[in-house]
Amino acid sequence: MSALLKQCFLATALLSASLAAPLVQAEYGDVVLNRIASEYGVRPVVFPHWFHRLRFTCNVCHNEKGFKMRAGSNDINMGHIIDGKFCGMCHNGEIAWGAEFCHRCHSGLPGLAGGFYGSQDPAGPAGENYNQRRR
Amino acid sequence: MQSRFVLKHMILKLSKPHTVWFARNLAIGLVLSAVIYSILPVPAYGQWALEDKLQLPLGQPLGNWVPLAKDRVHDPRGPSLVELQEPSEGLSELPPHLSGNRVLWGKALDQGAIGPRRTIYPSKEKFEVLDLDVLMDLFGSMDIVRFPHKIHTQWLACNNCHEELFKSKAGANKITMNNILQGEQCGLCHGSVAFPLTQCQLCHSVERRANKWQMNKAKE
Repeated sequence: MSALLKQCFLATALLSASLAAPLVQAEYGDVVLNRIASEYGVRPVVFPHWFHRLRFTCNVCHNEKGFKMRAGSNDINMGHIIDGKFCGMCHNGEIAWGAEFCHRCHSGLPGLAGGFYGSQDPAGPAGENYNQRRR
Repeated sequence: MQSRFVLKHMILKLSKPHTVWFARNLAIGLVLSAVIYSILPVPAYGQWALEDKLQLPLGQPLGNWVPLAKDRVHDPRGPSLVELQEPSEGLSELPPHLSGNRVLWGKALDQGAIGPRRTIYPSKEKFEVLDLDVLMDLFGSMDIVRFPHKIHTQWLACNNCHEELFKSKAGANKITMNNILQGEQCGLCHGSVAFPLTQCQLCHSVERRANKWQMNKAKE
């Protein structure tokens, strides 16, 4: 009897979990950056790759700006951006909107964990630690 | 003597209806093929022939891009959603594809549908576009991989891949699908940003028992 109850409980739990799980429909290549945003009480950053690919080649960010091609391997904070490094090389009010438009980048659902949402997370040496930290 | 005459006579007699039959069928065949080829589009053997073949015969954008407010990543209560560009707005005009962003980025770049900058500020520095195809996995069971340097160097610089990720020497890199599926090697981009790993035929594109014409085409 107890085994049957356990099975029933498990089935309902699985069913409710599958129903409650949010169906993420992010665009392919969308990355959520939430290394420290939630700790400071702001929305996480959503980085759309497609939006940037329309305007710049991969080379601009992944070579000129020094972004490593591995989710979780770029340790960036707002200090860097205001100093004109990483995102701040374009997001300076000259090429793209400046750091005063917080909400345009910090537009994610509050508390969303970092990582790729629309596509596969490139795991690997850096990615593994990153994924562990996410859990 | 008589038998030879009979044989000659028979051949002459038979040959006449045969030539008529042959000529009539040839004429029918020519007319039919002319009709068929005028209706059906002649398959293109250009650079994007394979990609076009893999499309559904709709000819229309296949993307049903989810609005930012409904993608469960952006906060619908956030103040920015009216200011940000919607995916359907930016991507629906580009060459369609079945997977990824539902856009064939390489073709879009090639056709000039998009003109992304190669540097942050306009510079006179010229970027090398290397037109060199590499055939890989020559002894496996899947179709041979054709790696086109051209399309990769249109987006990337040499040092994005060489020498850290891949050595620029033929045969020096042991590339496996296992690594790629784990996000290593090609999988660093393909699967996360570049076209996904469900599109086997876009990489494994040269038939293993390819004829000479295909092999020459791939080598070009």
